[in-house]
Amino acid sequence: MDSILKIEHLVKTFGTNEVLKDIDFSVSKGEVISIIGSSGSGKSTLLRCINMLEEATGGKILYHGKNVLDKQIDEDQYRTKVGMVFQSFNLFNNYNVLDNCTIGQTHVLKRGKEEAKAKAVDYLNKVGMGQYINAKPRQLSGGQKQRVAIARALAMDPEVLLFDEPTSALDPEMVGEVLDVMKDLAKSGMTMLVVTHEMAFARDISSRVIFMSDGKIEEDGTPQQIFQSPKSERTKDFLSRFSG
Amino acid sequence: MNFFQRMVYIVQHYGVSLLEGAATTMVIAIVCTFLGCVIGFAVGLIQTTEPGKNSGIIRRGILKIVKFVLTAYVEVFRGTPMMLQAAFIYYGTSQIFSINLGMWSAAIIIVSINTGAYMAETVRGGILSIDPGQSEGARAIGMSHFQTMLLVILPQSLRNIMPQIGNNLIINIKDTCVLSIIGTVELFFTFRSISGALYTYFEAATVTMIIYFILTFTCSRILRWIENKMDGPSSFDLATADTLAFTSGMMKYNEKTGGTH
Repeated sequence: MDSILKIEHLVKTFGTNEVLKDIDFSVSKGEVISIIGSSGSGKSTLLRCINMLEEATGGKILYHGKNVLDKQIDEDQYRTKVGMVFQSFNLFNNYNVLDNCTIGQTHVLKRGKEEAKAKAVDYLNKVGMGQYINAKPRQLSGGQKQRVAIARALAMDPEVLLFDEPTSALDPEMVGEVLDVMKDLAKSGMTMLVVTHEMAFARDISSRVIFMSDGKIEEDGTPQQIFQSPKSERTKDFLSRFSG
Repeated sequence: MNFFQRMVYIVQHYGVSLLEGAATTMVIAIVCTFLGCVIGFAVGLIQTTEPGKNSGIIRRGILKIVKFVLTAYVEVFRGTPMMLQAAFIYYGTSQIFSINLGMWSAAIIIVSINTGAYMAETVRGGILSIDPGQSEGARAIGMSHFQTMLLVILPQSLRNIMPQIGNNLIINIKDTCVLSIIGTVELFFTFRSISGALYTYFEAATVTMIIYFILTFTCSRILRWIENKMDGPSSFDLATADTLAFTSGMMKYNEKTGGTH
């Protein structure tokens, strides 16, 4: 299958601390991959390395066959294709909801104002935030902010969306509204890479699950394989903590 | 004549000079605060720039040298009295370079670069105070470092440092008095002329202080008003279901009471 992203021997160290140890996997079009694992296993760092918010120490990140860690590659251009949704939303506090979703389009993709606005409104409607275009981020709840952040990322027409624990900073009652948006997105065929602690999402929505432990990919397979017949002891041990 | 009559006398006979002095003071203070902000933003921006991972050894070297020079500038001008800087620059340029800076240009240069030195640190603090997530959010949608700064970080920093810019303006209104050492005819210089001519130090000082206070108090009120304007309204209009036609019926969302239902 044609892979959008191919990660080869990815290594990341912070000082002497090796956070990612020889990571290998690829992402194909339309896949919804959940990355699970305990805190400190390197899940978020992996995602941040793929988006180049952290500089990988070694290995390759191939985007359609081109290594984006090469110095010749324009990383800003690459980032428009690989969107990111953060745990802490990171909406621009100085802009309202609409401008949050248009500013990247007009300044990075150089789209016209009208086109950018139409696109932003379209995606904001899809995440159920169309009414709030005039609101500033500080006037929204966590779940609303995260839905706007998803619309902002979508408005750039990315090929892959990375989600870094998108529901971890939310009150329990708001987790559902964000997960619903992500479910719809998965159904629409969007390629997604989701670091999550929501086991139900990983089990029911994703097409593939990666279990990370201690900076390595411990197990990689379909949700059935991982949740019903895990091979590794560590995976079993990790999952047993959720089946209470 | 009693105290009040002497004050009235001063206002009647020297009112125009006092107003001219006050105008000079305000022009210098406003122009120099503005120029100081421009210098401060430029310096603060460079000082918070980290070399990109793709920049070669030469670019890193240049950045390091520029940062060193700017740090030296900030430390020297923050660390010496403005009155001496005024004498140093005004008399220095005429003695060494035989350039005779006019009263206006000398005054504006001195106060601007002095304000710039303070503002550089303020801007640096303002940039550092913005949550790193803001810049990550911008980089993640493909903005360059320059776009991130211009569109996301600096507008928020500017809002955060507005109180400090106001502080600088008010300090400048008062501190232009040290320019009287190079003969700038501003408000303090006028005070000295009046008190010298009439030997009424107490009365002249009272009148001049009142004028200074009116200037600074008005400025601080105006700046507070600008800050409120920058914050925008505390509530927002909720667009109706058809968001593309959101000029039709609007509902009001109230931040304090919450929802519209």
